[in-house]
Amino acid sequence: MSVSLTQWLMDDRPTSRRQAVLGNLYRGLRAIIANPAALTGLVIVSLLILVALFAPLLAQGISPIDQDLARRLSPPSADHLLGTDELGRDIYARTLYGARVTLTIVFLVSIIVAPIGLAVGTIAGYLGGWVDRILMRITDVFLAFPRLVLALAFAAALGPGIENAVIAISLTAWPPYARMARAETIAIARSDFIQVVVLQGASTFRILFRHIVPLCMSSVIVRLTLDMAGIILTAAGLGFLGLGAQPPTPEWGAMVSAGREVILDQWWVATIPGIAIFIVSLGFNLLGDGLRDVFDPKAER
Amino acid sequence: MSESLLTVRNLSVTYPGRTGMTHALRNASFELGRERLGIVGESGSGKSTMGRAILGLIPRPGIVSADQLDFAGRSLLANTDRDWQSLRGRRISMIMQDPKYSLNPVKRIGDQIAETCRLHLGSTRKDAESRALAMLEAVQIRNPDTVFTLYPHQLSGGMGQRVMIAMMLVAEPDLLIADEPTSALDVTVQNEVLRILDRLVSERGMGLLFISHNLTVVSSFCDRVLIMYGGRILEQCAAADLARAQHPYTRALMAATPSLDHPKAELATLVRDPSWLE
Amino acid sequence: MAGMIEIEDLRVTFGHGSRAVHAVQGLTLSIAEGESFGIVGESGSGKSTVLKALSGLIPSESRQLTVNGLPAAERRSKADRRHLQFVFQDPYASLHPRQTVDEALREPLVIHGLDDRDRRISDALREVGLSPEHRFRYPHQLSGGQRQRVAIARALILRPPVLLLDEPTSALDVSVQAEILNLISRLKQANKLTIILVSHDLGVVAHLCQRIAIMQFGKLVEVVDRDDLRSGAVGQAYTSRLIEASRGFVRNAD
Repeated sequence: MSVSLTQWLMDDRPTSRRQAVLGNLYRGLRAIIANPAALTGLVIVSLLILVALFAPLLAQGISPIDQDLARRLSPPSADHLLGTDELGRDIYARTLYGARVTLTIVFLVSIIVAPIGLAVGTIAGYLGGWVDRILMRITDVFLAFPRLVLALAFAAALGPGIENAVIAISLTAWPPYARMARAETIAIARSDFIQVVVLQGASTFRILFRHIVPLCMSSVIVRLTLDMAGIILTAAGLGFLGLGAQPPTPEWGAMVSAGREVILDQWWVATIPGIAIFIVSLGFNLLGDGLRDVFDPKAER
Repeated sequence: MSESLLTVRNLSVTYPGRTGMTHALRNASFELGRERLGIVGESGSGKSTMGRAILGLIPRPGIVSADQLDFAGRSLLANTDRDWQSLRGRRISMIMQDPKYSLNPVKRIGDQIAETCRLHLGSTRKDAESRALAMLEAVQIRNPDTVFTLYPHQLSGGMGQRVMIAMMLVAEPDLLIADEPTSALDVTVQNEVLRILDRLVSERGMGLLFISHNLTVVSSFCDRVLIMYGGRILEQCAAADLARAQHPYTRALMAATPSLDHPKAELATLVRDPSWLE
Repeated sequence: MAGMIEIEDLRVTFGHGSRAVHAVQGLTLSIAEGESFGIVGESGSGKSTVLKALSGLIPSESRQLTVNGLPAAERRSKADRRHLQFVFQDPYASLHPRQTVDEALREPLVIHGLDDRDRRISDALREVGLSPEHRFRYPHQLSGGQRQRVAIARALILRPPVLLLDEPTSALDVSVQAEILNLISRLKQANKLTIILVSHDLGVVAHLCQRIAIMQFGKLVEVVDRDDLRSGAVGQAYTSRLIEASRGFVRNAD
């Protein structure tokens, strides 16, 4: 990066809105890079995205679902870098394509959990009174749903599949976000800068979504990142039970499940997707911790 | 000034930072006897750093250096943690701006004062309690027996600051460092607290380092005043002579303060001169 | 002629029953158009509560409470909000930490659907003595005095006839306070504002305001003229005590 661009980004006297926003992002990025654990997390998550995008390229044209029963359960070799599974499918290709499934989970959970949690939490916290009481009781009801039972019910009602599994997970995952957003909103709503926009005549909707939500966002992102590992593992668990991704979709949990029967003789079948789950979960955890440090308002000064 | 209680020569505090060294305090030198010495300055002037540096409370990675830093004839520069423990609270005490943060919220007032007594003076339990009660009386708390059993959150601001003073003075220190002790208080309460401090200083022969941003309070309360700016002592003078101060910064500060007695159409604003820091 | 601000028998109570706190107990004031009015009192006197009630930030009861002839109810229309703006004490808490100066000043313009926003924003910045280079900074890139200037610019960008100031300089250094007080007095002249300034500092209030109300325990002690405050020609003992205390420490002769 050229010196002048760095200077432009780090300038304490930005001359345009774009420079101010980019400068802020750049400072955050620098803070993440300065933190080795967070950087590791960022690299792992970026790799996950790259692998998901370029899976066909990286797999060199090997299909993740083509079976070759003659060569089933063959150990890692030049032909099959990481060996084959019980149906003779290439584990290397399946693991690469599995990144797409994992990314789908991450994406679906993010677009369901964060908006529901933020909306319910900020509305309850800002309006208070009976709105707050009703919304928080609804939150309690959702908190009480057992995750796996709900997933089973969804699978029964809508048919098994990764999307339905994720929706079931998300429906039980948003209540903690709503509680967190509510607590933050109550504190933010009392602050002077919110009183100012009230006095300016801003509508409740505007106050909530332009002034309060952006401030709750950072802790939601951190929490979501930290929870992502657990969600990936739950999704893998559902796949393991046969309620998640359906064959022949290459999903890491289901792959571990399939390899379980041959774990002693053909260790690679279960181990490779297991390692993938482990690395990606670790990556999200490290990134979450790093983001928490970056977003920490005390570090901003 | 009788004997010198505290001698400070070329005291500096620097913090290493990303963009180089930050000089929080630059070559400050002064002497303090058994008197009321005021330190005035705006934020960033280094006045609070001064108090902390004397007590050895500069957090890492701050670097403290001095040619001389003597308290009662002994150098503080080579003090070990153990030396500090026997000094802080016993011979040098500090009062902070807000008593809320300095008192333990889950312990009763009386017990906190008595504990200080037992820790520093090795008094017996009974003796410590009677000392604590006497001290509460000395800071003019009307019903010391009741206050003795209260918790910090049950006190008003002025009362809390009196309790803090009682706690800091119960071990009979020789030097009291008060960092903005009355800034959080209402004016009428502020003067009562000052009166208590004033009496204790003159009765017990303590030295008092009174750190404040308020020129009016310092000039009316202290014997001498140090004026600080940018980590540097710009000027020392008798408090009564503050109105005739020499340094342009001091005069600008006086002119910028809105006063009831000297109405001005427009307040003078400060033009900072980089040469003040040379 | 009715004043710009009419307050008659204002009462503000927090809490209910035996734990109720009567923050303001029957306050009556009339403030003329273009007047600079000061309210002085110690903590718990209810001085800030009066401003909050007047701006509708908290519920209150009164026989009359009007700003510019309009009732100052807790719920009021967007258009009515433009008659009165507020500057808060703590410049560190009154700016949104994730919005640039530009966004903070744009917001009221967007809410009220005013056009020509870029020009209005640069005018407002110039008016409070900030240069264009401050426009895209975040609050953490500004000093306390600069933040308070932004807060004043934001309050005035809607061109309200009335400006309420709640301890606008008590979090600032003396030299910065002088700059802000000069700014307020200049803007007041230029925009023919009616201002109410609340402060615990008699010097600050007497500097800016012609008439000054002294409050204690939620009640009005008296309203005095600034010259009487200076000469000590006041009616109530409490006022005299406040004046004496604000002159600094007096060592007893004994």
